[in-house]
Amino acid sequence: MAMRSIYRTLRADRELARDIGLVCLADAVVGLSFGAIAVGEGLPLWLPTLLSVVVFAGAAQFVFVGLIASGGNPVAAVLAGLLVNVRHVVFGFTVGDLLGRGWRRLAGSHVMVDESVAFALAQPDPARRRAAYWGCGVLLFGCWNLGVLAGASIGTVVGDPAALGLDAAFPAVLLALVLPALRDRTTALAAATGVAIALATAPFLQAGLPVLLALAGVVVALARPRAEVPA
Amino acid sequence: MTMSTPALVLAVLVLGAGTFAFRYAGPALRDRMTLPPRAEWLLGVATVVLLAALVATTTLLDGGEFDSVARPAGVAVGAVLAWRRAPFVVVVLAAAGTAAVLRLLGVP
Repeated sequence: MAMRSIYRTLRADRELARDIGLVCLADAVVGLSFGAIAVGEGLPLWLPTLLSVVVFAGAAQFVFVGLIASGGNPVAAVLAGLLVNVRHVVFGFTVGDLLGRGWRRLAGSHVMVDESVAFALAQPDPARRRAAYWGCGVLLFGCWNLGVLAGASIGTVVGDPAALGLDAAFPAVLLALVLPALRDRTTALAAATGVAIALATAPFLQAGLPVLLALAGVVVALARPRAEVPA
Repeated sequence: MTMSTPALVLAVLVLGAGTFAFRYAGPALRDRMTLPPRAEWLLGVATVVLLAALVATTTLLDGGEFDSVARPAGVAVGAVLAWRRAPFVVVVLAAAGTAAVLRLLGVP
């Protein structure tokens, strides 16, 4: 599918385009604060900027910068960041068919983030899934990196995203996008099991691990008889 | 911060390369096999489970601790609105707004 048809789909579905725009705007502000925090902790301006372009995964970036800024071992910081990002393997298998081949697959893989995956998941048909994934991924890449660069340049005077409630906006975004899928009983049961596992283990384990352990919740879905599976 | 610049650049590049490998694995491998419908469905469930766990942990915990009331309250308001099929924009702004107002009132 050509990029033009993705653009056309987003132009036709104003609501989807607006929703994506809102999420990108909120993430730009979080990026602003990420850049400012990193520089405020004494890290050079290029570090949060390069990190955002090369890694492009908010949670892992915060973990990495936190460990480096506190004088942590770089190997440990890399491993901690990787652990937070392992979940993308599952995302990749789920949205892999939306990416195409060649350079599209390379670019499409790089913009695979929680938001683009969740937006794709919430769409009713393949055309809109593809448009939502690419639209959100590409726009978010731009917004996030501009935000981080601006925040790192401006420095510490940037406002606290928590004061704007943006720390509540991120989970609310994902929840709103995932909720339609949770109306299916088996999926809801699997998710509830996963959530319970993640919450029970989170106080004791390194960031990233509890979310991976939550995958054990899928066993609930495995137990479901074959005949009930929607084709 | 005592680390040298080359070491830091290398660390960023390794994290970037590893993350890209995680992202690329699915799209690259999927091309070489046809998944049965049940496997496709299970992958979808797995993704939902991951995102739900992410929602729960980022809502309730910050750095491994249950630390905030305003954030979960905001997300809860968003959840109720989303369940009642309110527009996405309303859900997100209500969640952020609730958390922001509670913080303004001194709630952690």
